[in-house]
Amino acid sequence: MKTFVAFIRKEFWHVLRDTRSLVILLGLPVVMMILFGFALSSEVKNSNVAILDYSNDDASRLLIDRIDQSQYFSVKERLKTEAEIERVFRRGEARLVVIFPQNFQEDLSHTNQVQVRFIGDASDPNTSNIVINYASSIFRDYQNELNEQKKLPYTIETETRMLYNPQLKSSYNFVPGVMTLILMLLGAMMTSVSIVKEKETGTMEILLVSPMRPLLVVLSKAVPYLFLCFIDVVIILLLAIFLLDMPIRGSLPLLLAESLLFILTTLSLGLLVSAVVDSQQTAMFLSLVGFLMPALVFSGFMFPIENMPLPLQIVSNIVPTKWYYSIVRAIMVKGLGFSYVAKQTLILAVMTVVYLTVAIRKFKIRLA
Amino acid sequence: MRNLVFLLQKEFRQIFRNPTILRMILIMPIMQLIVIPLAADYEIKHISISVVDQDHSTYSSKLVNKMTASGYFQLVEYTQSYAQATKTVGDGKTDLILTIPVHFERDLIKFNKAQLHLAADAVNGVRAGLGTAYAAQMIGDFNREIREEWMLLPKFNEMPQIEITSANWYNPHFDYHLFMVPGILAILVTMVGAFLTALNIVAEKEVGTIEQINVTPLKKHEFILGKLIPFWVLGMVSITLGMIVTFVIFRFLPVGSFFTIYAFSAVYMFGVLGIGLLISTFADTQQQATLFAFFCMMVFILLGGLYTPIESMPEWAQWLTRINPPAYFIKIIRAVYIKGSAFSDLIPEFLVMIAFAVGFNALAVFNYRKRSA
Amino acid sequence: MTKSVIHTEGLTRKFGDFVAVNAITFDVKEGEIFGFLGANGAGKTTAMRILCGLLEPTSGKASVAGYDVYRQNEEIKKHIGYMSQKFSLYENLTVRENIQFFGGIYGLTRKELREKTAVLIERLGLNQEADKLVGSLPLGWKQKIAFSVAILHRPKVVFLDEPTGGVDPITRRQFWDMIYEAAHEGITVFVTTHYMDEAEYCDRVSIMVDGSIAALDTPSGLKKQFQAESMDEVFLQLARGAKRGE
Repeated sequence: MKTFVAFIRKEFWHVLRDTRSLVILLGLPVVMMILFGFALSSEVKNSNVAILDYSNDDASRLLIDRIDQSQYFSVKERLKTEAEIERVFRRGEARLVVIFPQNFQEDLSHTNQVQVRFIGDASDPNTSNIVINYASSIFRDYQNELNEQKKLPYTIETETRMLYNPQLKSSYNFVPGVMTLILMLLGAMMTSVSIVKEKETGTMEILLVSPMRPLLVVLSKAVPYLFLCFIDVVIILLLAIFLLDMPIRGSLPLLLAESLLFILTTLSLGLLVSAVVDSQQTAMFLSLVGFLMPALVFSGFMFPIENMPLPLQIVSNIVPTKWYYSIVRAIMVKGLGFSYVAKQTLILAVMTVVYLTVAIRKFKIRLA
Repeated sequence: MRNLVFLLQKEFRQIFRNPTILRMILIMPIMQLIVIPLAADYEIKHISISVVDQDHSTYSSKLVNKMTASGYFQLVEYTQSYAQATKTVGDGKTDLILTIPVHFERDLIKFNKAQLHLAADAVNGVRAGLGTAYAAQMIGDFNREIREEWMLLPKFNEMPQIEITSANWYNPHFDYHLFMVPGILAILVTMVGAFLTALNIVAEKEVGTIEQINVTPLKKHEFILGKLIPFWVLGMVSITLGMIVTFVIFRFLPVGSFFTIYAFSAVYMFGVLGIGLLISTFADTQQQATLFAFFCMMVFILLGGLYTPIESMPEWAQWLTRINPPAYFIKIIRAVYIKGSAFSDLIPEFLVMIAFAVGFNALAVFNYRKRSA
Repeated sequence: MTKSVIHTEGLTRKFGDFVAVNAITFDVKEGEIFGFLGANGAGKTTAMRILCGLLEPTSGKASVAGYDVYRQNEEIKKHIGYMSQKFSLYENLTVRENIQFFGGIYGLTRKELREKTAVLIERLGLNQEADKLVGSLPLGWKQKIAFSVAILHRPKVVFLDEPTGGVDPITRRQFWDMIYEAAHEGITVFVTTHYMDEAEYCDRVSIMVDGSIAALDTPSGLKKQFQAESMDEVFLQLARGAKRGE
């Protein structure tokens, strides 16, 4: 036991002495939280709009003004002919072109009927969709103002409530996502690379002839990462609470316990990789393709899992990130208790045991 | 020049013997291009809905029928208890609760006005927003149908009406893959280039062979060129493979010219390699290099406009995207692939690419000191 | 009087406040085997890195093969060979490819390369292994190949940094035969080592303690001076006074 502690201490020194890496390991969650929290949003703001106004009357000018003043748009260019639209789009200078017909105001007031055309650059389909919707609502509002006097009968009013997340903050989605990603990076990738490094440089052999059991040698390398992982979880939670105003609705001890379980899962994954591969580059590549990409894809924080084709949905079940993600969401955002996450917890626990057993067996064969 | 030939010969031999590099440039494009676009389907479909019907009238069931017949919503529960429905939301089994209160039909007929309640699981805000929007739209349609049925509205317009027609250019069917795939292509070459270069140079440091190189009369620029050229070739191979995979799986060909794509890739690749080189100057071990490269990639990609539009970012973040090479490259590849932008449309971007290539490499060379001070 | 190939005068290198190499002065003659001894941290490697043109000195004079270490370090590199304690050939290249690569960047022509490679492989008895990856060979062979590569371009001086670490006694013996042969052909050998029996093989030996040269003479001269039976004893007497530990 004493030697084990000595080994762990040595590994801690290794990790702590590399300040550059440490800064990144502790800084990455901060940077990601800030980017996701403040920089990234799928909302559309300040989209560039080009206008082709054939009538140039008071009504069209008023509407153009409203478009420009809306937070969603800024009017960048006035076109003269439809031939210019192609150029504007190809250079990426506008996402939307609004075309007013001739005699816009006149037609509107005399025939009560006028046609406006929107042309969206649908190379980004979602944004184009949203932009067209926003623009439409500006015109609809204008139309409603004109119609204000009249009231319609038989009206169904719909009252809408947003459960759990009334302000529709995106943080509720990405915080669990950032956690899974960081833990995969640290637990699986960094751990496996650091163990494989000893194999690659041959120092592993020196360690193995020490009076320690080979397995403990390997385990002692994982311990510092376990601590770092935990620190990162705490950093993320603190940032979520104080920077992003996102309270933890459920039980904090439960959340931390579940995080610890997931950390163990990632560490066993890391051990498994290091048992199987011999070069750092392979370990890195395997972690990148095998863990980090799935962590991005299948934790549901960038892409909705429900939308995935069936084969991918099935694959997502064998990826631990998905389960942890749903645990964190349930506890943190929905404030649910253990009974709601018991199934996911069990799945994670089983995964951990399986990875660890396989890793240990592989190591035993190799190191014996 | 002579030395360069020897260096290149050596690098290529090593590359072809390194299974990881070969796997990286072969498997990465295939994995990424197959998995991510399939997964990254932002179109919100299959919204599950629980209906709490406390009215049980003809019109309440008509409404429910309309909602489920639309194909947008999947009815998972039809109950009378709101509490029951909230529990279903808690379990994550339903996205939306539509509550039809008692006397819905009566109120509508008698008082000209009736209420409906929608509650959405808003943990995923986008999904909740779209779900409620669809539902509201459907309820609006339902409302109009009722009016038409009960009032027989005149066909001509009494009120001014602005009719909006919209056209969606380049991607009329809103194919999300068409949007994502070229973006991923751009990310792919960036990752291959930056990771491989950084790791390769740092590996020489770690193993100690760089020391041996340093005592030879090799010039600094020869060594660096000897590293850049092979990985530049690999990068071009990887974008070519990526385009082939794109065609095989998705049947996408660039609307614009291959020349434009290759011209931009060629210059961009040098910029990316410069980033890799720069990372390698900061790292002593491959583990560090991996970490630094990962960090850079993460920030580059998140701020690259791959998932979220750049113009909706705050000022400071937009400023960062201006010094973010992948942001330009993603935009360029998308423009050429989807809109068929020509080289002449993208000249400003081309100049930026050149600036990046020169800038990053200059920075890296400046940092890479053959004689440790 | 043969001319000196390495010449230093008050050569000093500081890292911050730490004086790694403290005003060392010595000469190494052409064709000499010069042993450079010292405990870990005594400053051997730093001194050697300066002489190889990898590190700029803080003060003092030094020249290698007639070139100044301050101004002509690129010129120096053309005229020296170097073999580090860490094995420094490319493990994922074959023996033949390594020879061709390093020979190539030292400016040998393709024709010379072909001839020299053939001779070298023959001399090392590596006909079977010439096209195997270096990484798959035993350490002793690797070191012999590394040495052959380091003198492939007939340098004026070859620097060997603990070349026989971890190698079995027989291979070490063979390795030293190669060193003698090189010296015989006029290549000056500058070698650091941990093994005191190896120090006995050198023409002259310098012993560094705490950044300075504490003693410099032929092995027999040193033994006489310190009234010691073996180089081991000489070294221990000097090292005992050292302040810098490992």
